Parts: sequence; C-alpha cells; structure tokens
Amino acid sequence: MKKKLLCLALAGAMSMAAQAADKVKVGFVSTLSGPGGILGVAIRDGFQLGIEHAGGKLGGLPVEVLIEDDQQKPDVAKQLADKLIKRDKVDFMTGIVFQNILQAAQATVLGAETYYVSPNTGPSDLAGAGCNPYFFAVSWVSDSYSEATGKHMTDKGYKNVFVIAPNYPGGKDVVNGFKRYYKGNYAGEAYTKLGQLDYAVEISQMRAAKPDAVFFFLPGGMGVNFLKQWQQAGMNKEFPLFGTGWSFDQDTLAAVGEPTLGALNTSHWNLDLDNAANKKFVADFEKKYGRLPNEFAAQGYDAALLLDAAVRDVKGKIEDKAALRKALEAANFKSVRGAFKFNKNHFPIQNYYLRQVVKDDKGRFVNKTAGTVFTDHQDAYVSACNM
Amino acid sequence: MTWILFLEQCLNGLQFGLMLFLLVAGLTLIFGIMDVINLAHGSLYMIGAYLVATLTQATGSFLVAVPLGLAATAVIGMIIEVLVLRGLYKRDHLSQVLATFALILIANETTRAIWGLQALTLNVPEALSGSVQLLPGLHYSAFRLAIIAVGLMVAAVLYFVVVRTRIGMLVRAGASNRQMATAMGTNIKWLFTAVFGAGAALCALAGAMLSPLLVVQVGMGESILILAFVTVVIGGIGSMRGAFIGALLVGIVDTFGRAFIPPLLRTILPPALADAAGPSLAAISIYLLMVVVLFWKPQGLFPAGG
Repeated sequence: MKKKLLCLALAGAMSMAAQAADKVKVGFVSTLSGPGGILGVAIRDGFQLGIEHAGGKLGGLPVEVLIEDDQQKPDVAKQLADKLIKRDKVDFMTGIVFQNILQAAQATVLGAETYYVSPNTGPSDLAGAGCNPYFFAVSWVSDSYSEATGKHMTDKGYKNVFVIAPNYPGGKDVVNGFKRYYKGNYAGEAYTKLGQLDYAVEISQMRAAKPDAVFFFLPGGMGVNFLKQWQQAGMNKEFPLFGTGWSFDQDTLAAVGEPTLGALNTSHWNLDLDNAANKKFVADFEKKYGRLPNEFAAQGYDAALLLDAAVRDVKGKIEDKAALRKALEAANFKSVRGAFKFNKNHFPIQNYYLRQVVKDDKGRFVNKTAGTVFTDHQDAYVSACNM
Repeated sequence: MTWILFLEQCLNGLQFGLMLFLLVAGLTLIFGIMDVINLAHGSLYMIGAYLVATLTQATGSFLVAVPLGLAATAVIGMIIEVLVLRGLYKRDHLSQVLATFALILIANETTRAIWGLQALTLNVPEALSGSVQLLPGLHYSAFRLAIIAVGLMVAAVLYFVVVRTRIGMLVRAGASNRQMATAMGTNIKWLFTAVFGAGAALCALAGAMLSPLLVVQVGMGESILILAFVTVVIGGIGSMRGAFIGALLVGIVDTFGRAFIPPLLRTILPPALADAAGPSLAAISIYLLMVVVLFWKPQGLFPAGG
C-alpha cells in the first residue's frame, strides 16, 4: 500500500514537472484577515483584475494563482512560503503586505531562486546593500512617500513643523525619509507607543507648540483615530496637516469620511492620473468590486501586469531564469501610475504626486492630484546596490 | 510650557482616568466578589462599542443608541455569565484564564463575521462636535468634557449604590468575605449574575463614549485589558473606591508621562538620546507607578477586606 502511494506521488511529481512549461503557477501570500486584512484584500482584488485584463492568462499561458492568508503572522508566512516553493513548486511569488512578514519569508523564496514581485512593502535594505536579483518591487521604498512630503513642505516654505510617528523602527525610517528632504526647523517631535489610540496629549502639545504645519505618520487604525481627534479638537481649522498616502488610501477615506477632508498627502498613484491604463483599471475595478480602488489595489494590478509582460517576453520559457530576469527588468507593460522603469536595484524610478482629499460630484471623499513633487525619483539606497 | 497646556493635560488625564474607571469598576467587582479572572472583559467593551455604533447609524441618534446598546450588552454579559462563567467559579484561575481567553477569540471572530474587516467609525454627535472655551486661550473638545461629566456622574451613582443601598451592602459583603456572605444567606448566584450584567453595561458605556473618538475595531478590547488589570491591582482588588482612585492615578500618570517626560529629557540629555529614551520611559510610567504602589501597599491602595 505504501509503495503504491509512493509511486502515485512520484508519478504526480513527474507529470507536474512536465507541465511546468505550459502553465504558470503564482504563489500569492498576503494578509487577508485581522486588522491589516483590508490591505491584503485590496492587493488581491487588484491582482485578480490584472490577470482578468490579461485574458485570464499570464503571457498567453494558463495561470494558476494559489492564494494564501498569512494572518499577519511571520511564522505562518514562512510556512506558507515553504509549502508553495517546495510542494507546489510555484514559478513566481507575490502578495505580502508587511515588512516583518516579508522578512520571515524572503530567505525561503529568494534562496530558492524564485522571482518575487512585491506589490507593497519595499524594505530599504533590499533597495541598498541587500538588493537581490530575484526581488522586484512594483511599489516604492518605505521612506519614499515621506521624502516626497518633506520635499513638498520645503518647497512651500514651511519652516517650523511638528512631527508625530510611532516609536518603532518603521516609524523612524519614515521620519528619516522626511528629514532627508525637509530643511526647516522642528516645533516638536512626538514618538508615540505603537498601537496608541488616544492622541489628546500630543494634540495639546501641538497646539501649544504653534507649528506652521504638522507631518504625521501613523499607519492603520492609529492614523484614523488621530485624524478624528484632530478634527474634533478643531485643529483642522488652525494647522495644515500633511501625511503619507498610506493614511489616505481610498478604503480609509470611504470609512473615515469627513475628518480627512482637505488633508494633503503624497503617493505614486492616484485615481485621477490621466492615462489610458489607469482609466480602464479604475472603471473596471469599480464595476467588478463595487468600490473605488486604492494604491494597494493599483500595486497588485501592476504586479499582475508585470508578470504577464515578462512571461510574454520570454515566450513562455519561464525556466530560463536569466532571460526571465531581463524581461522583468524591462517591465514592458503600461502601468496605471503612468511611465516608470526599474532602477538597477529593481525598485521603480517614478513620479510622486501631491494629493488633497476633496468631495467629488457624487459626494464621495477622494484624492485629487494637486501637483507633482518628484519626477523620475530614485530612492536613497540604490547607490549601495551592486547588481 | 505654559500653565494653559498644563491644565489641558490635566483634563486629558482626568478624561482618560474616568473612562478607565468605567471599565475597571466592573472588572474589580467580578475579580473581587467572584474571584474570577475575566479576560473577556475587554470583549464586552468591544461588543458595547460595536452595538452603540451600529445602533447610532440605524437610529440616527447617539442618545437613543447608548441606552439600547448598554441594555443589550448587559444581557449578553449575563448570558455569558450563566452559560460559561457559572461553571468556572469552583475551578482554579488557570481554567478561568483559558476559558475567558477562548471567549476573546470567539467574540473577535464573531464580530468579524458580523461586521466585516473594515473598522466602524462614528462621528461625534453634532451638538458636541465643537470645542468650548474654558479660560482665555484654553479650548477643550466639548465631547471630551461630556465624557468627563458622564464619568463623574457614574462614579457618584456607583458610590451611592455601593455605600447606601442594600444591594451595595451585599456586594461589599461578597467582596470582603465571600464565604461568610454565603453563610449569612445571601443569594450569591443571583448577585453574581447581576454584578456581571452591571459590569458589562459599564464596559459598554465606556465603549459607547469612546466610539466617536476611536475607531471601533476587532481587537480593541485587548488593547485596554492590560491597563484595566494594572488599575485593578493598583487600586486594590474588589474595591470601588480603589478602582476610582487607581483609574484617576493611572490616567494622570500616563498622560503626564507622555506629555512631560520627553520634553524634560530633551533639556537634560543630548537630543538623539532623549528621543530614544523619552517615549520608552513615558510608555512604562504606569508600570513604574504599579511597582511603587505595590512596594508599599502589596494589597493595593484600598484593599476590599481592609
């Protein structure tokens, strides 16, 4: 009996190896449940729409997407990566939302020389000295958004800014990006406990410090709480508020509404970017899912299109890893952000835009593009990458 | 630093402390009278917040939603007491911790199944959405003032009930010596259910008052739970007075720690070091308070039996 099973398993494995050329397997590990699940769901929806727009195939080959939920737990992500790489023998991996989750899974994925396309997190070490031929990010480096905010505030002549961020490495990274381009003084800096919910203390401090603007980086629920309390304290009438695009994505705007109105933020993408690919993406996303897409969905969509273009460019011969890398580096597709190309560290060279939250003609809260902060911007780490 | 900022931070501390008191009042009684460690206390807070947020959206009125949400949460609390906790009174603390931890998981997943992934946000009722000028230069959110008023009112009512009424006498008797109270003929079963229901309603009130300030989301109960237990331990297990003083102390110390430790350190330490140490020191200030209190008063500030 045991022997029979073994034979069956072997036969199965052999038939799978033979099929590898006529089908593409993609492992999609993402955070689909828990407090961070809303981000993973957006990326997944965007990715699936991308595949649909590619004709339900990738580069003309039938595609199988294996979707797994990492529950925002590093150990779970590591196990899923092991399973997808070793048992399912996927050709590509993508999907991870958070940096600490990627850190847990990246050794498995990149060590197995499987191409990983990041639809979100872009750790600075992977952009710099730790850059990897098998890692591509269609998103950004984690401090790019705040670099853009800092640049814009310097350009606008702000001289006395109050900064607030959570007291953890990710928060410090984002603030460092801001400080790289903001050249004025600081009215104050507050580093709060990660997960803090009530910002009354910090808001009182800000009012007393009389800054000429406030820059905040508080991801997820922290940011939503901060925005509500900011409005309730009447601060929105006294001080201009600047943030990163992550705090003002479309899902957040829809849920929070009024308190976000007027806030300025930076992102590499927006609903209203004027290019054909984006118009089609936004219209079809809304038709399919009944809501407007956010940048996370746009990144998921671009990840699918990148894979589609790469498989098409190598004419389906995805076993040829060197040719596949060239095809991925060429990024021969129409991105929804408009023109972009990969730098030598496999991170995008792209524009960053200033956006402002407004009410559209249907009464929805949306971001309106208010200017271009960076044109063809490179991250600060690429010079350290030897690739 | 100006004295206006100081006053404003005092109000912030008072408001935080009073909200904590609503959570802790129920917890300390359940802990003190029933000798049950109820980790699911935070889940009742979450359920209360979700119910009030949903009812506000359905009825369009925060004032209508709050009593309905409170009553519903009290009923849910009493059902949980009868179905789950009643079987645990005779068991050791480990079983209680395991069972009530299971309740947290069940409550979280059920909430997620009913309300979905996206957090609920509730805006402040129109009448209280502005700010009030208390003194020249001191503007304070009207809703936060309302929270302070509600907290003080509930504290007064609770004080009256616990100190002046027959039910309160039974509760106090149960807290200081459970066996003796039972021996004297108190219907402990009924008392436990009532106390649990009242505790649940207080949790829901805290959830309701905070729901316009904070996002209502799955897991919000756990974030406040540790703080609530710290307060119970500081105040003295089972003591209503201890819960009140403890909650105010924790509220003020936490607020002042966050407000004044980082700027203070920046004046005496190099900026890089101060930025690293300040927030961490502020975050542990209440635990330092707990250590100090327990060093001199191992039973807490106002032990129930004392």
